[in-house]
Amino acid sequence: MDATLKKRLERFALEIRIGVLEQMKARGFGHVGGSLSITDALAVLYGSQMRVDPKRPDWAERDKLVCSKGHAGPAVYAALALQGFFPYEELKTLNQPGTNLPSHCDRNKTPGVDMTTGSLGQGASLACGMAFGEKLRGRDARVFLVVGDGEANEGQVWEALMFAAAKKLGNLVLLLDVNGKQLDGCTKDILDTLDLSAKVAAFGFDTVSIDGNDIEQVYNALERTRNGGDKPYAIVLNTIKGKGIAAVENAKSNHSMAVSSDQWNEWLLSLTAQLD
Amino acid sequence: MELIYDGSMDSRLFKDILGKTIRELSEQDNDFIYLDADLMSCIGTSAWACENPERGVNCGISESNMIGVACGLAATGFKPVVHTFGPFASRRVFDQVFLSAGYAKNDITVIGTDPGVTASFNGGTHMPFEDVALYRTIPTATIIDITDVPMLISVLKQCKDLPGVKYIRVGRKSAAKVFADGTETPIGPAITLREGKDVAIFASGIMVHEAMQAANKLAESGIEAAVVNFFTIKPLDTEAVKKFAKQCGNIVVAENHNRIGGLYSAVCETLARENTAKIDVVAVNDEYGEVGPQDYLQKRFGLTAEHIVETVQSLLK
Ligand SMILES: Cc1ncc(C[n+]2csc(CCOP(=O)(O)OP(=O)(O)O)c2C)c(N)n1
Repeated sequence: MDATLKKRLERFALEIRIGVLEQMKARGFGHVGGSLSITDALAVLYGSQMRVDPKRPDWAERDKLVCSKGHAGPAVYAALALQGFFPYEELKTLNQPGTNLPSHCDRNKTPGVDMTTGSLGQGASLACGMAFGEKLRGRDARVFLVVGDGEANEGQVWEALMFAAAKKLGNLVLLLDVNGKQLDGCTKDILDTLDLSAKVAAFGFDTVSIDGNDIEQVYNALERTRNGGDKPYAIVLNTIKGKGIAAVENAKSNHSMAVSSDQWNEWLLSLTAQLD
Repeated sequence: MELIYDGSMDSRLFKDILGKTIRELSEQDNDFIYLDADLMSCIGTSAWACENPERGVNCGISESNMIGVACGLAATGFKPVVHTFGPFASRRVFDQVFLSAGYAKNDITVIGTDPGVTASFNGGTHMPFEDVALYRTIPTATIIDITDVPMLISVLKQCKDLPGVKYIRVGRKSAAKVFADGTETPIGPAITLREGKDVAIFASGIMVHEAMQAANKLAESGIEAAVVNFFTIKPLDTEAVKKFAKQCGNIVVAENHNRIGGLYSAVCETLARENTAKIDVVAVNDEYGEVGPQDYLQKRFGLTAEHIVETVQSLLK
């Protein structure tokens, strides 16, 4: 991977993290853990992979992202604002009355959000339909699907994976955010999903398992998926829930956090200090 | 039955009472079993379930499977109570509840938390305005919209041993105090909270508090409003509906739900044949939910005491 590109994407990831915290500071609380674990993947996607145009969010030929773990909306919003889909200042309206940035992704509200999600599992099928549709229309757009490891408890996810493989959706890339945690705690204690990588591969996906918080590994894994072909792709992202803020990473319960504005500020400072 | 309504809020949270009551029921009855879909920490049952994995079962984020498993447990003699957020406890699992529980006669209790606008910051995807409508179509189901803490405790205890499909919708935050601690609220009969001759306000859930506030305001302008708590939406107390229709001639139904399919519909269906009253409604006007603080959402969707007052005034004009 080109060193300048790597630097640029790492900085983009840092800026997304800052954007996530800006939103939560303004509201006082939010789904911080799952937003930060997927941040690096979003930085690589929007920063180097996805064919999108901030001026034309409805452009039909664009690549599309379905963040099926819809509660990670704040990470998507930060990436979109930084790309110029809407003003950065708007991030401060997260969950305020009348906002275009609700806690869960909404395609009818936020420019650049390609699909409405929030009821876990449903995004997986939606992404399959989109990838299938692109194929039927003869377009070369790719569809990126972000699914949480807790979300993988939902049977609908596996119905979707079966569909994707059966219909040979080589334009679909599943990014499975394996941060080892869900709402009530560790995935292995709640409903042990065992080896997700092996399962996804057994479902017919071209699968790799990587460090999902490592920009270079994510980049290389995504570059592979440009080849298309007859198999859908899966990238198992081994990540840390709350990645980037030690106190959040270590908190026993970091799914949704409500802390004082001083605390958000302190965390923000620790990130902005890394900017240069 | 002792009424203690004075407009003040309970310092206790529904979520804590839910968790505590579930734990107590489990201690009292070895056939009781509680299942959840990764939302135990939202009602304070996580730690207890970890220590009692045979009576507090985390199914992970798989609501449909959880309903099926609960029904299977019912078939082996257990009395399952399942919990998840309202939209998942209704829409998401409707076929499983309808067939595996209802049709197959496997008796279960389903708790759906955060009904209607109480889903506040989780937003439109998590905001059920249609859960009552769905459950009403399940033959002989029992549907309860909880008003306060004593009612929640009483209803949970009753549901455990009641046959059929039982659906309880309840918030997780605090509610206005209506009944004295220890009050039993038998499932079925509506409860008259306030007498009045000009109009009867039928309310359930969070709208009971709004209705009581509205009745106070209406009294200032000389309108005597009865307030009746229809916490049991199914089976509906049709005698009470008919009685107040006759007595007041004017009815306003107030519910934290779509006007289609909920309490208002049930009241209209009851009176359609022999109606003697004018009926209007304060409810969500066939819209989807959205994100925001609950007080904002109550104004946004027209679910406040002021909306009830206005509706009563225009009905009486
Ligand atoms: C169908 C459904 N059930 C329950 C929820 C509530 N919920 C929101 S996030 C979450 C945990 C998600 O865990 P995971 O997919 O691992 O996300 P992450 O840890 O990456 O944030 C739950 C249970 C939901 N949004 N949708």
